Amino acid sequence: MTTLRSPIGRARGLGSAKSGMGHHWSTIITAVGMIPLTLWFVVSIAGLAGADHAVFTAWIAKGANAALLILTIGLTCYHASLGLTMVIEDYVSCKAKKFAALLATKLIAALLAVGMSVSILKVAIGG
Amino acid sequence: MVEFALPANSRVQTGKTYKAPAGAKKVKSFKIYRYDPDSGANPRLDTYEIDLDACGPMVLDALLKIKNEIDSTLTFRRSCREGICGSCAMNIDGANTLACLKPIEDIKGDAKIYPLPHMPVIKDLIPDLTVPYAQLASIKPWMQTQTPPPPDGERLQSPEEREKLDGMWECILCFCCQTSCPSYWWNGDRYLGPAVLLQAARWIHDSRDEMTGERLDALEDPFKLYRCHTIMNCTKTCPKGLNPAQAIGSIKTKLLQRGV
Repeated sequence: MTTLRSPIGRARGLGSAKSGMGHHWSTIITAVGMIPLTLWFVVSIAGLAGADHAVFTAWIAKGANAALLILTIGLTCYHASLGLTMVIEDYVSCKAKKFAALLATKLIAALLAVGMSVSILKVAIGG
Repeated sequence: MVEFALPANSRVQTGKTYKAPAGAKKVKSFKIYRYDPDSGANPRLDTYEIDLDACGPMVLDALLKIKNEIDSTLTFRRSCREGICGSCAMNIDGANTLACLKPIEDIKGDAKIYPLPHMPVIKDLIPDLTVPYAQLASIKPWMQTQTPPPPDGERLQSPEEREKLDGMWECILCFCCQTSCPSYWWNGDRYLGPAVLLQAARWIHDSRDEMTGERLDALEDPFKLYRCHTIMNCTKTCPKGLNPAQAIGSIKTKLLQRGV
């Protein structure tokens, strides 16, 4: 569409959304939190290498392990949704596709986090 | 707006070659982007062979030699020829810089010269910088105060407060950083870009300015500020050795200090 709007009018656009700091801060917190959690997860799984199903479920059933696993899942899914949101906002210019992608990212991240957490709880509580 | 390929009418074609004069001993080829919107033709890459023994040491010297002696239709901006005005910003040997500060001898092989990337081209090496200039104006790059100025002198600033502006006031607004930033390429209509944010930081950190909060309010936006992903192209390419990425980081820190 041809526009005769002034350059300064276009540059000012819709103004500031007055948000963005929260997203930035959440990205930092989840990234920092994931460092020890990921190290713990990798070391723990490496320690269980070769173990059978019963050993794995017994390990998950320990309260501390279940709590840390759920925390790891929650932070990872949240961090992934924050990162993917950035990528979509960067590269998808079609408004309809952008809206659909952002919606799908948040819903899928929430679904994965809840689904995996329920699985952990099911094993931990023994349901 | 991601664009991985140029539109058909923007694809660069091979242009004319201007041979070096007979007897030239130190010949270097300059491959220069040419585009004339009035012709309706695609852009082309013309080759000019220059005898470096009869040319000054900088890329701008070569461009002036071409314009004066070989092809007067070559169009580019230039003024001070000493890295202060920012006019001759262009993409030389794959990086944005000032033609007047870029020694020819630093370029290996042919010297490839294009306008600043991802901007509309007015002609040849002249980009249309209307949008970055408007974005600069939008951040109000001047002192804003509530208190009236002292009747008997200027607004004072301690040496320590003044030092905080070092690395920011030196910007000459050549927009080398702005047009080197992939985030600005993709979202230049909404992201303010490194040069503009460096100027925003310059006023946010100025102890005499009394509108810091309003300035931060205006910048707190997922696109205006937070499209910066610390890619660092801006800092790498700045011909004045400034660090726009650090300045942008300082704005994010100010927002965190205010909100956390």
